[in-house]
Amino acid sequence: MLAYIFRRLLYALPILIGVNLITFALFFIVNTPDDMARMQLGVKRVTPEAIEKWKLDRGYDKPLFVNAAAGGVGTLTDTIFFEKSVRMFVGDFGRADDGRDIAREIKARMWPSLAIALPTFILGLFVTVSLALLLAFFRATALDFWGVVLCVALMSISGLFYIIGGQYLIAKVWKLVPISGFGDGLDAWRFLILPVFIGVVSGIGSSTRWYRTIFLEEVSKDYVRTARAKGLAETVVFFRHILRNAMIPILTGVVVVIPLLFMGSLLTESFFGIPGLGSYTIDAINAQDFAVVRSMVFIGSVLYIVGLILTDISYTLVDPRIRFS
Amino acid sequence: MSDFQIVVLWSDILVWLLLAAGIGLGLLISRSPPLLAAWRRVGASRPGMASATVLLAFVLVGLLDSLHYRPALESQPGEQTQYAIEVLSVLDALVGPLRTENEKTYSSPLATHLHAKETTEVPGVGTVREFPRLKFGGVHLDDPAQRGGDVAMTALRAVGLAALVWLALAALVAARCGGWAAVWRGRTRFAWNAVLATLGAMLLVLLPVFLLAGDYHVFGTDKVGQDVLYQILKSVRTALIIGLVTTLVMLPLAVVLGIVAGYFRGWVDDLIQYLYTVLNSIPGVLLIAAAVLMMQVVIDTHPEWFATAAERADLRLLALCFILGITSWTGLCRLLRGETLKLRELEYIQAAQAFGVSNWRIILRHILPNLMHIVIIALVMDFSGLVLAEAVLSYVGIGVDPTMTSFGTMINNARMELGREPVVWWSLAAAFSAMFILVLAANLFADAVRDAFDPRAA
Amino acid sequence: MLQVKDLRLGFASGERTLLAVDGISFAIARGETFALLGESGCGKSATAQGLMRLLPTAGRIVGGSVQLDGEELLARSEAEMRAYRGGRMAMIFQEPATSLNPVLTVGRQIGEVLERHRGLRGEAARARMLDLLRQVGIADPERRLDEYPFQLSGGMKQRVMIAIALAGEPELLIADEPTTALDVTVQAQILDLLAQLQAERGMGMLLITHDLGVVARMAHRIGVMYAGELVEVASREEFFTTPRHPYTQALFAALPDMTRRGMALTTIPGQVPSLAAMPAGCRFADRCPLVMPVCREQSPAWREAQPGHAVRCHWQGAQAAPAVVSSVADALPSGQAPLLDVADLKVHFPIRKGILQRTVGHVHAVDGVSLAISPGRTLALVGESGCGKTTVGKALLQLIRPTAGSVRLAGEELTGLSGRDLRAARRQLQMIFQDPFASLNPRLRIGEIIAEGMTALGVGGDAAAAVRALLQQVGLPDDAAERFPHEFSGGQRQRIAIARALAVQPALLVCDEPTSALDVSVQAQILNLLKTLQGELGVAYLFITHNFAVVEYLAHDVAVMYLGRIVERGSADEVLGNPRHPYTQALLSAVPVPRLDGAGERIRLPGETPSPAKPPSGCHFHPRCPQATEVCRERYPDGKTLSDTHVAVCHWVN
Repeated sequence: MLAYIFRRLLYALPILIGVNLITFALFFIVNTPDDMARMQLGVKRVTPEAIEKWKLDRGYDKPLFVNAAAGGVGTLTDTIFFEKSVRMFVGDFGRADDGRDIAREIKARMWPSLAIALPTFILGLFVTVSLALLLAFFRATALDFWGVVLCVALMSISGLFYIIGGQYLIAKVWKLVPISGFGDGLDAWRFLILPVFIGVVSGIGSSTRWYRTIFLEEVSKDYVRTARAKGLAETVVFFRHILRNAMIPILTGVVVVIPLLFMGSLLTESFFGIPGLGSYTIDAINAQDFAVVRSMVFIGSVLYIVGLILTDISYTLVDPRIRFS
Repeated sequence: MSDFQIVVLWSDILVWLLLAAGIGLGLLISRSPPLLAAWRRVGASRPGMASATVLLAFVLVGLLDSLHYRPALESQPGEQTQYAIEVLSVLDALVGPLRTENEKTYSSPLATHLHAKETTEVPGVGTVREFPRLKFGGVHLDDPAQRGGDVAMTALRAVGLAALVWLALAALVAARCGGWAAVWRGRTRFAWNAVLATLGAMLLVLLPVFLLAGDYHVFGTDKVGQDVLYQILKSVRTALIIGLVTTLVMLPLAVVLGIVAGYFRGWVDDLIQYLYTVLNSIPGVLLIAAAVLMMQVVIDTHPEWFATAAERADLRLLALCFILGITSWTGLCRLLRGETLKLRELEYIQAAQAFGVSNWRIILRHILPNLMHIVIIALVMDFSGLVLAEAVLSYVGIGVDPTMTSFGTMINNARMELGREPVVWWSLAAAFSAMFILVLAANLFADAVRDAFDPRAA
Repeated sequence: MLQVKDLRLGFASGERTLLAVDGISFAIARGETFALLGESGCGKSATAQGLMRLLPTAGRIVGGSVQLDGEELLARSEAEMRAYRGGRMAMIFQEPATSLNPVLTVGRQIGEVLERHRGLRGEAARARMLDLLRQVGIADPERRLDEYPFQLSGGMKQRVMIAIALAGEPELLIADEPTTALDVTVQAQILDLLAQLQAERGMGMLLITHDLGVVARMAHRIGVMYAGELVEVASREEFFTTPRHPYTQALFAALPDMTRRGMALTTIPGQVPSLAAMPAGCRFADRCPLVMPVCREQSPAWREAQPGHAVRCHWQGAQAAPAVVSSVADALPSGQAPLLDVADLKVHFPIRKGILQRTVGHVHAVDGVSLAISPGRTLALVGESGCGKTTVGKALLQLIRPTAGSVRLAGEELTGLSGRDLRAARRQLQMIFQDPFASLNPRLRIGEIIAEGMTALGVGGDAAAAVRALLQQVGLPDDAAERFPHEFSGGQRQRIAIARALAVQPALLVCDEPTSALDVSVQAQILNLLKTLQGELGVAYLFITHNFAVVEYLAHDVAVMYLGRIVERGSADEVLGNPRHPYTQALLSAVPVPRLDGAGERIRLPGETPSPAKPPSGCHFHPRCPQATEVCRERYPDGKTLSDTHVAVCHWVN
């Protein structure tokens, strides 16, 4: 098993390098640092001095790949590519425009993100799988039909509406919970309950429908007929036979997003004023803080790749066909 | 010397090209019985045809909004004609007053007065704080108290008109398709009953809205006093372009790379798989954010490229489609690769190989046609997701140009107003409802298409 | 014990219910095996599922009565019905691979039944499970109990299915094509097991099959189904000596057989009417050689021809007039220079593992095959699934590149050819595939499909005229060229595939199980066509098959394959009449023969074919061979020449 995980990690490395190269190209080759400086400082009234200072502040004054002036190892290391891209592999993301260390900021902000994303994820999975099970159990009945119609309607509603509407109705009109904000420790639950609730509700439509089709696919398989031929009750057939098989694609399908829970949700966090990574990203995008956006892209990819590895591992755990071969 | 100068925006070209491609594809399909049969199944599906009717109305608005021109400014005879800097569309011309009759600021739907009190100087009385009358909304009324009756009368007339129009349409359909009974009992091969029912509902809603829109702001006005109904109409084109042009960008990439990877396997497959795994590992929003930020830098540092603001916004819209396309081809590509892997083991492919048919010919004749159903399903399924994504991206600040009207920018501009007292809700409500109708129709249509094309369902 | 009366089953299709089973009645006594025989789509599987009330979602029980010991099953509530299912009546299915739940252990799946119907749990249940596994002949049951289905071979999965069925101590066992998915030698094991268990327990058994051989081997009484109706019910003896219904007679006449060599097989023209358009009178009328006007108007009533032998037919004669037997020109004699000469052909597939995809071993799919085919003759390559016979066919066409060895066609070496040279060679060599539904591109018209090879290989001339001529040659109407594959039945599609291959006028056709997906009557049409074409065009066939009846009828020469190698080859008479290799002998004796006297002394092979990735040491066959000794375990035997043409690869053949 360890050897397997190690091998998977090795697979991940070239992908991470690819991500790194793409982000580098996007941030430093599509536009030169001069362009970025000019844009941030205002295109019209900008002096060459101001541009130079802007670049110096951020360490963008170096050559992209080869610094002939530095000599020795510095030829390769004293460059933008090495300083800004390669160093990300060791967790050094540099500083944001406000001068704060990005890595430290990320460490502090990922917990509030997780505090919202994790309950949303678990609760959402539980609710949608249960609903899908219900629809699949009563397949081809009126309940199933209207359930699917409702799902399609729910998934046609913009995610923004869930948040804006929910916040307005529950927090502002009914005043059940605070509109936004975040607290420390146990006090945080008051602030979490609404975003988690909205997160769960907004995911019901598409997930339920998707899981329902997975269940229905299993229902039509031969082994289900065998189980019925044994004289088992429909509930036993469903929970012992179908659920187990359907959970394999469902579980392994969701495992990939688990590491990404640390990244939080862009929309929820910015609407509810949660000091997590999602709102951090949004603020950085609005402030055009390229260093932060670049770091988040890299972190996001790392987490996704971790998710892929976890997916492979979870397959070996839940599917005996892979576990024993 | 003319009254206007035609402006062709890049996105217009793409829109009309898409339409032409759609018609061309239709002709091609009519020659391929299996595809034609599948589309017939779509045509027989009642939810599918009802939603298609709604979609068609949206498309019509979008097309009208894709013929642009610059009106001539009034000029003295003999002078060189000057054209306005503002780029208008045929839709703008058709809805004329909706675009120009701007109030000062917020007014609620069908209002005669502004939403907030203002301090005005009344001769003889001094300064008073009151709700001022609107400049355009309901000005034909001598007494604002008559509003209720006037609105009801207009709506009633509209409903009557709707009924007449609908009856005429229904009679036409019935005459051509074998009588009333056949149409209503669903015995026609095309789901005419669904189309007619939807048309009826649409007429009942839309005709009153448009008749009222002449005298009132049916959905109110926004912060700068612009009519919300007008904004909704303008948003439709943006949503359609995002939904359609993006797939246009994504499709060739996904189809070519997916088939090539699955068919040739070996190092080509490894390379393409690597490519899409890398792109896929960057969380979508972040990749889009990074790319859009960079695009903004390019646009902002090259103001000389764009003659008008409309052109800039337009190019930015296309760039957004392009970015969305680049970031979203991986899913379909993987799907097509998997299907191609399965197809290439099928015996008819081996039979072709045994004849020494060249690989590219096999791909064109045997593989591509047998993947068309997946491509079509993916195309319609992606549309609604993209429309929803536009709103989110615009909200995050990485969507369309802020000067371009879209559902996203409408929501973004209006969301702060929920905090006002009394609350300004109409802008948001209108944007969300319009988006909901569009996306719901797209989703239902996609379902009908999927059911008809999925060989497992057939 | 089981009484079925006027059972009518249908499938909902839109607003209509199409009757798949229309009023069938039969009875099964304790200890009796009743076989329902019929071709695909005749409603026999629907009947089985209907008895258990396990029809798919669209299925409806329209009417009739099913009584088990006088208790009406169709009147039971769903909950009451569950007490019968798996308890007093149990069922086994065709596909053991998909019929077991992949994520539950074998023990769990058997245990459910014990818990549900016998109230056994824990140790008692485990002891009973071990007992059951032993009864169905599974070695090492303690270990197997905790294994998952994917760890078992196909035959073992079917044994587990049987164990599950037996766990509830059923009085009635319904076996729906229980051996169709299995190899001949494994089929023989499973049939033996079923017969033995039935005798021990005195169960009634409803056996559903399309195979007359299986019927002869297993059944006490037989019911023949056609288009949703029973048309004949008879005891085994009556059935095989004096079949009465023209359909039954046609089924027998369509069987390929050694005795029919050189003759055209009798075929049944046309096809089974679709559920939506059942004829009003006798449903077989349109295809019946003895059709009378009354047949088209009135559905015949049951008539007792002999006590216990009932038939539904207006025609009262005893035996149908023998169909006009046209003899087919037989092949050229051997002895000419071989058209195809294959020497030591090897196809190894690498097994890759690890990050660098290192090759850690090879699947020896084809491991040194040599064979020769003379112009205008048929060589049958026979073997069970996984022996590499299909790979040989594809390697000949260079669809799979051989690892080693030579393939010479008319003196020209094919291995290593590419581009233009290979295309030229391919004009000589074409292939017909097994699955007529996968071998035609659904998006192309028949004309385009047939013309494809001509265009690709640059066969000149008027393509449209050529297509018409080919269609005529394979017995399809001219207007077929404009239509699409889905408009044709399986047999017609196979004709199209043959026309496509013939379009480039090849000298050799590789036929990869071209009839195994077809019903017997359609198979006869295709075999006749192949034989006629050979007579007319002088084309040679490499006929890849597992079906010995077809081999007997069609082949001039036979080669038997086991685990990637040929173990015996010779002329058809030599190999089939005087088999010398123990594997050939066992294979031949395992084939169920559709005759009363079929039950001779049988050689039963234990176990199943091992994986070609890890072939056994020495002679590949030794773990299953009844004659194996020390030398067989150590050394692969050399070929022993028994006559000019007959070679057997075995230590014990002199």
